[in-house]
Amino acid sequence: MKFDTSPAPHSISSNTVRRMMLLVLAALVPAIVAHCMWFGSGLVINIVIASATALACEAIVLLLRNKPLPIFLFDGSAVLTAVLLAFALPPLTPWWITASGSAFAILVAKHLYGGLGYNVFNPAMAGYAALLVSFPVLTTRWSLPAGLTPIDLGFTQTLGVVFSGSLPNNLQWDALSGATPLASVRAGLILRSTMDEIHAQKIFGSMSGVGWEWVAFATLIGGIALLFLRVIRWQIPVAMLGSIFLCATLMAALDPGKYSGPMFHLFSGATMLGAFFIATDPVSAATSDRGRLIYGAAIGALTYAVRAWGGYPDGVAFAVLLMNAAVPLIDRYTVPRIYGRRE
Amino acid sequence: MRGGLKLPAHKERATSSPIMRATVPAQLFVSLSKSAQLLVKHGDQVLLGQTLARDNNLAILAPASGTIKAIAADKNCVVIDNDGRETLHASIQPIDLASITPIALRERIELAGIAGLGGAAFPTGTKVRAAHERAVSLLLLNAAECEPFISCDEVLLREQADDVLLGTQALMHASGATQAVIAIENDKALAIAALHNALSQLANTSIRMRLVDRFYPTGGERQLIKLVTGNEVPSGKIPPDMGVLCQNVGTAVAVAKLVRYGMPLIERVVTVTGRGVNQSKNLVARFGTPIASLIRDCGDYVGRIDRLILGGPMMGVALDSDGHSVNATINCIIAASGDDLAPRGVEMPCIRCGECAHVCPAYLLPQQLLRFSHQHDRAALLELGLNDCIECGCCDYVCPSQIPLAATFIAAKKLQT
Repeated sequence: MKFDTSPAPHSISSNTVRRMMLLVLAALVPAIVAHCMWFGSGLVINIVIASATALACEAIVLLLRNKPLPIFLFDGSAVLTAVLLAFALPPLTPWWITASGSAFAILVAKHLYGGLGYNVFNPAMAGYAALLVSFPVLTTRWSLPAGLTPIDLGFTQTLGVVFSGSLPNNLQWDALSGATPLASVRAGLILRSTMDEIHAQKIFGSMSGVGWEWVAFATLIGGIALLFLRVIRWQIPVAMLGSIFLCATLMAALDPGKYSGPMFHLFSGATMLGAFFIATDPVSAATSDRGRLIYGAAIGALTYAVRAWGGYPDGVAFAVLLMNAAVPLIDRYTVPRIYGRRE
Repeated sequence: MRGGLKLPAHKERATSSPIMRATVPAQLFVSLSKSAQLLVKHGDQVLLGQTLARDNNLAILAPASGTIKAIAADKNCVVIDNDGRETLHASIQPIDLASITPIALRERIELAGIAGLGGAAFPTGTKVRAAHERAVSLLLLNAAECEPFISCDEVLLREQADDVLLGTQALMHASGATQAVIAIENDKALAIAALHNALSQLANTSIRMRLVDRFYPTGGERQLIKLVTGNEVPSGKIPPDMGVLCQNVGTAVAVAKLVRYGMPLIERVVTVTGRGVNQSKNLVARFGTPIASLIRDCGDYVGRIDRLILGGPMMGVALDSDGHSVNATINCIIAASGDDLAPRGVEMPCIRCGECAHVCPAYLLPQQLLRFSHQHDRAALLELGLNDCIECGCCDYVCPSQIPLAATFIAAKKLQT
């Protein structure tokens, strides 16, 4: 009788790449729901457009590279990239922007660097950054949350706006879109208002923005779930959030008129999404625990720096991309001590 | 312990019955390495315990009395026709532990062909002599038996605890160690109780039992030494360099049988288990017994056999056939079937999740070792500790991309030389 002679170990755990990706996608559901409740169905439409483009691009490249389609196409990584990109874009973004960003993310940021496991930069953030610099107006036309705008576009109308690029009759962009809390802070400071005056605006709600704080909270719930499920480890989220908290507390104490407090920073913009879902992308992050603490903390600090002193209202995408480039350096200096060796 | 995994034990089936004797077949196939020096030739009559060959510092003895039926052309197998009479060789004489000198005891251990029964079969005589030269003070008896399915050491402790202690004392005498610690996983209740009884009857305060948490791989000697002594074995050094001699429980029992009866190493306990055999048993098997014979002793195969593993599921070798025969290295045979195993699926690229590093008991970065293995970068592999890898397979176990990491590192090590 002849038996299978595969190498040891002969039993492994049931964790797979697909399982991890699907869990991350599941953890994003609360945030997607919250987002749709406050900002309409645009996010879901963008997710579909981005995912379809991502999968199509991935399929083409996999065929070109002679890789087995079923395994790689449905490993969940392309869809996850697409979903994160969709979150980064305003809900009424024209479809061709979403699609080209998604294509850039998959074709350039992922596959030109070698595909799954080899990308240096976070594909979703690379795609978003490319869109942001190419189409600065169309990618920053954020919708006002429900309650601050009388207009409530239904699903069909949203679909129409996304695919045609123009609003239904007699509606103006001014009525439905407006600055996000972070953008308001930036604009307000340029106009020399004080922080209290800025935060008194209606968009700010009770803490960090009507609607936005709910999305951030829902994202946080999903992120904590991922921690408990051990899909991600605590080093990057805690370091990033801790770093933003420290920077914000310090600067707000030094000059409260010019700098917002820590809770505002933690619950606005892409902080929570960045801490639990973007910076934690394992492929583009640092390797060791110590390295990840440094990586997460630096992303937090850079995010704060861009928000406070940089040219964009939110800095998560650029912070992540900059630190992605620094990962080889971090890895080189944070190799853990080996058993039996000193150092 | 840092790193490591909690694995399902799978030991209940084989430990639910006592140790039994395997059938000693009519023909025994004694395995040798290619560089062995034969002391017998075709047609010779041999007695049980007679030296057949010297194989790299290890004496290979006839496991039964009979005739040399054949010698394989490349000298790696001696076939003995067993005459069934079990006639003992004259060298089989018990030892008086109180009067024998350490040097004479070491020589008896060497002549008796005693080898480490934890899986590597390193010649015990050589090991004890090296330990004596380095003035070891602690004898660490490894009763952890951390790999799933394997239970041969546990049942020896349950049933032959007195022999375990006799062997421990003999090894202490032969090596010069003044203290002995028997380290055992804390969930082996019956074995712990038996050992505790034997220890209290012996009233020898230099031998102690030490419980360790059930974890894979507590039985790795470097990991066990750190657990028991708190110190790490320096990279590139061996335990005797820090005053510790590690020995397997089965080896201690073999030494006890040498002392009690003068019996050399001609048989060992083998766990035969898995859903692919009718009954799971711990069998005392004579060296040279074909594995197929052990399977028959267990009621034969049941259903489709996924893999026939020599050893455990984490580090064991999947055999191509059951034609191999028992020797000192064979501690367990798993006829795996049904949900005994959860083998890896399709390999994906490394997604750099870092879970491998979290479970590595040598504190390595398997992710980086993989990368540099693919790049054949010898210098980087050395610096990242490839030679410190104990090949335990913990990294493989947790890898979501199902990469065969341990196999890659084993191959990379071969390339280094």
